[in-house]
Amino acid sequence: MSTLEYEEYSSEWTRPTVFYNRWVKRLVYLAVAVFIAWNVWAARISAERLQYGIGQVDFLFGAMWPPDFGISVSGGELVTGRRFSRIVEKMLETLAMSIVATVVGVLVSLPVAVMAAENLAPRPVYYVARAIITVTRSIHELIVGIVFVIGFGFGAFAGVLALVSATPGFFAKLLAEDLEDIDQSRLDAIRATGAGPLGVILYGVVPQVLPRMIGLTIYRWDINLRASTILGIVGAGGIGATLNTAFNTYEYDFGAAVLLVIIAVVVVGEVVSSWARGRVQ
Amino acid sequence: MTAADDTAPGEWERFDTKRRLLRFGLVLVVLGATVASWRALDVRYVYIETAPENIADLFGRMYPPDAAYAGEIVDPMIQTINIAVIGTVLALLLAAPVAYISARNTTPNRATHALGTVIVAGSRSIHSLIWGLVFVIVFGTGVLAGILAVAFRSIGFIAKLLSEEIEEIDAAATEAIRATGGSELDVLIYGILPQIKPALAGISVYRWDINVREATITGFVGAGGIGVELQNSIGAFRWDAVLTILIAILIVVVASESISAYVRRKVR
Repeated sequence: MSTLEYEEYSSEWTRPTVFYNRWVKRLVYLAVAVFIAWNVWAARISAERLQYGIGQVDFLFGAMWPPDFGISVSGGELVTGRRFSRIVEKMLETLAMSIVATVVGVLVSLPVAVMAAENLAPRPVYYVARAIITVTRSIHELIVGIVFVIGFGFGAFAGVLALVSATPGFFAKLLAEDLEDIDQSRLDAIRATGAGPLGVILYGVVPQVLPRMIGLTIYRWDINLRASTILGIVGAGGIGATLNTAFNTYEYDFGAAVLLVIIAVVVVGEVVSSWARGRVQ
Repeated sequence: MTAADDTAPGEWERFDTKRRLLRFGLVLVVLGATVASWRALDVRYVYIETAPENIADLFGRMYPPDAAYAGEIVDPMIQTINIAVIGTVLALLLAAPVAYISARNTTPNRATHALGTVIVAGSRSIHSLIWGLVFVIVFGTGVLAGILAVAFRSIGFIAKLLSEEIEEIDAAATEAIRATGGSELDVLIYGILPQIKPALAGISVYRWDINVREATITGFVGAGGIGVELQNSIGAFRWDAVLTILIAILIVVVASESISAYVRRKVR
């Protein structure tokens, strides 16, 4: 006669956790909490400053309203002033910067993308391209902008150079991922006809990633347009300079107008970009 | 002989005439815009000719980096990290309700949904540097303005991604909570939150990683962080110190990026 043996089960339910066990979970939560607490302590934000600032909000909004676009009505006719022409002129420069930077940036990034695709480039080349991508991604375009502005005294040209230098980190990185996913058999087919490496890229690779390339270019233009609106704050051309000057000289009503124009242009840019990308892909 | 043979032996064409014309036209428009933009910028060709030489010269002045300076930038670098961390936490707190009203399945009514969309769009279309400019006017120069700049810029990003997650949750879980008599708050805590928790962790850490990069530039408008130090060094033409800062930024950004990538791999 055998006695049945029952294994003992705990009747209590504990929540499953994604961590290795509950101690790891508690430790991770504790570490995050301590890290955040340390940051708050280290930042030393004074309550007085906070209070003072909240009082200032009222003043700022009062000074910003109504925004002055430099348009006035006199005798039933619209009169545009110096401020209006300033906004238009600088916004056109901003737009021009974004377009030139996108075209040049994409042309520069294309070879980097091919070099950064694991299946197309030899190992040493691959590592060089990955290093270029990491560095251009990590250093903000405004930093590049300010270095060029002070280093060479360029205006809008510094801004364009900054945007171009930041493009591989985005464009080459994303395009390389697509290049790594292409259908290899088509490359073999082109190679079998006796084509050289350039022929293989032009007829085997490019047709496979062209829609993605165009989509990324439009997307990059959208990003460049956004960045162009602020590069002027460090003197690298575009409407950002107008905004900065307006705020620094306490012309808050003009500053508010510039700000609204920037928001409008950025939103329109985003709408155009997402519509065009939807059409391509 | 059939009629088909009269036409030219079919050469394969990828697009018909109309589409080809359209494509050609688009290429022409893009080219035109580029040329017009180039001329509008009025770039002096001397600049382009001498640019490579100038850049090489600048790097020559930067190298070798000023190693002794490294000690001085520890504090501003910590400030940069402070701005990124507190800014992200603050943004999370502010973005959570916005995400709740932006998600189609949790928003109380159409008006709140529209409000959520407007907040998301507004926050995203104003760059952190512009937020910085405004907050420096309000709170004066320093870390506080930087934190708020980074936080306000992040609200839209976090709220948008979070609301997309909320829209994709399994409604059965929320129904079950409701069936036991749970209130809307119970539904949120026991029905929605557990389902979006991994995404929440992923989004937070991703935005934090972006914010580290943003916090390196807030200093240009006086909003604290390493940017202040960088601007001073550039202004004083201390190029070897500039290179030290650039290397430090590179290290911090790459480190935070790998932490962020690790966490996001874990929660996926």
